[in-house]
Amino acid sequence: MRRNIFRLGGALALGTALSLGLAACGGGSGDGSSGGGEAAGTVKVGFLGALTGENAGIAIPPHNGAKLAFDEYNKTNPKTKIEYVPYDSQGLPEQATPLATKAVREDKIVAMVGPAFSGESKNVGPILEEAKVPSVSASATAVDLAQQGWKYWHRVVANDGAQGPAAAEFLTRAMKAKKIFIVDDSQEYSAGLADAVDATLKGKATVNRDKVDQQGSDYASTVNKIKAFNPDAVFFGGYYAQAGRLLKQLRQADVQAPFMSGDGSLDAGLIEGAGEANATDTYIACPCVLGSASDDPEVKDFAQRYKAAFNADAQIYATEGYDAATAIIDAIKAGNTDAEKINEFLKTYSKKGVSKDIKFAPNGELSTSSIFVYAVKGKDYTLLGDSKTASVQ
Amino acid sequence: MFNDLVSQFWPSTIDGLALGSIYALIALGYTMVYGVLRLINFAHSEVFMIGTFGALLTLNILGVTGPVSGLTFVGVLFLIAAGAMIASGGTAVLLELVAYRRLRKKGASRLAFLISAIGASLFLQELFALVVIPEGFDRPQAGRIQVPVPALMEKEPLFSIGDAVVRNDKLLVFVGAIVMMIVLDLIVNRTRIGRGIRATAQNPESAVLMGVNIDRVVLMTFLIGGAMAGIAAALYVVEFENTQFFVGFLLGIKAFTAAVMGGIGNLRGALVGGLALGLIEAYGTSMLGSEWQHVIAFSILVLVLMFRPTGILGESLQQARA
Repeated sequence: MRRNIFRLGGALALGTALSLGLAACGGGSGDGSSGGGEAAGTVKVGFLGALTGENAGIAIPPHNGAKLAFDEYNKTNPKTKIEYVPYDSQGLPEQATPLATKAVREDKIVAMVGPAFSGESKNVGPILEEAKVPSVSASATAVDLAQQGWKYWHRVVANDGAQGPAAAEFLTRAMKAKKIFIVDDSQEYSAGLADAVDATLKGKATVNRDKVDQQGSDYASTVNKIKAFNPDAVFFGGYYAQAGRLLKQLRQADVQAPFMSGDGSLDAGLIEGAGEANATDTYIACPCVLGSASDDPEVKDFAQRYKAAFNADAQIYATEGYDAATAIIDAIKAGNTDAEKINEFLKTYSKKGVSKDIKFAPNGELSTSSIFVYAVKGKDYTLLGDSKTASVQ
Repeated sequence: MFNDLVSQFWPSTIDGLALGSIYALIALGYTMVYGVLRLINFAHSEVFMIGTFGALLTLNILGVTGPVSGLTFVGVLFLIAAGAMIASGGTAVLLELVAYRRLRKKGASRLAFLISAIGASLFLQELFALVVIPEGFDRPQAGRIQVPVPALMEKEPLFSIGDAVVRNDKLLVFVGAIVMMIVLDLIVNRTRIGRGIRATAQNPESAVLMGVNIDRVVLMTFLIGGAMAGIAAALYVVEFENTQFFVGFLLGIKAFTAAVMGGIGNLRGALVGGLALGLIEAYGTSMLGSEWQHVIAFSILVLVLMFRPTGILGESLQQARA
């Protein structure tokens, strides 16, 4: 309970800071025109996601990727400039909701990159829908987001429904695992991913499951169960902070089975949390194209521009954030400056992005989706390839 | 379900005792302050949190980045325990001086203390998340993210009980906690300041008439309770090798539960309550699954209080005879 109180405090403080910052921006860049989104030649595009908080590592790269796209666009001195407005939800649905309301009512954004996480997407979706503002998420992967009948919602990543089966298929095909222990941390994304893996493994492998506490630090009872089950592989549905904790305690209890997880765990924080020596034999399935781990020349070029701009590697969903922003930019470039028209434009959009081909199905999903598998190597990840063909070295 | 309990009885026992020891050490701080002042110091979870960062800071100053062994390990362990005790004890004393003393002098209501405690707790958490961790521990933009602590010991199996291996780190946590409990028991029962604490707990007015300096006794109570949380913090970072700005939150609640379960105000009750809570959680989760951990812990708490409203050991510091 106390945590909620301080979070509320944080939200208030943040909101104030943000509006102050915005006011300052409006005064500076408005060229004398009275502040606000009405100024001719400028539209606002928002970003919503966890820019701070425990799992910010997943939302900051797409935020940076989007920022890079908008900065590059604004530098070409276009007819309609884009003002990029990030909103920090800390990944919490209860903070995301008021921020989204503010974004559409007060700031009058014409489109949004995000929301970054699935939980907050579910709460923010109806707000954007009502305001008729299109959104393109670079990282929300829950299956049911596409089943809400939302007309203004899009994403440039495959969903957990594709990710879970692909991970399960990789476990049985490439790792030849017959006994698999599945753990999740009871969050919306985590349990969904674990369920998808579990369902695909039915009949192909013996499965046992347990859940860990997101805020807990002692996972000993889960570790004991895994040790007793003696699995060929362990799959974890959840984010990197918990994954790192679990992996460390597993290896310390001498459980050396390969460890696999989903996109939520694809962050250097997993390796840092578990310790480099403990993070061996660790694999991550992800619908993302990791800028820092790819050999594709176009991706490499992006990764270099990203590194030059932010002095950081292009981590998870950076390429997707760039692609999501590019889709919105292309809409605005084509002369669509209000939310409704941008949404119409996205329906017919088809272009090869940095990460993959970007073309939306009517429900907002990508029309084709692939999942990639990464392995931990030292302090970093390397791409093993498409989950259907990749193999363990 | 019961098969799970049988097959994992010994591993669960070991894990339960190790975690319970940490609960017990933190519970001491709640129980001592309650015994003397009838006040629940809700900021005690932050006293623990700051202890973990004290231990980490000591490690950084010593330049320890990997496991050490032999005498070096004993020395480093001693130093991080000292660092954590100074950080925790200092925080607890500051809390008394800044957040409680004036309220006490003015005879403020219980609720005023409670709000003051919650306020201090939030302040300390945010201070660490926003300033201390990013600046002091060189993690810009990452104040709310888990901070890894370098491994201090190679965690190796020592011996087996049944089918369970006892690891050196778990044994260290358990033995460390028991030793500190005995030391504390001796301090409270055998020393001058201990007698002062007990006298104040029994009857503050008489204690003053007998020449006890109440302010000094209260300060010492906070200091000792904080130092125990410091020991818990040092053992925690050795065992779990990470910390975070709200690491004290869940542990604090559990330790408070342990204190109530054992009989709040009773030092030995904190030990019994802590170990009991650790074991109950370990057995319960092995039977029902880890997602039931908190449900089990609090159901048992309610059951205990229904039949023994004063907790397992009941007798409090007030009634303890000299």
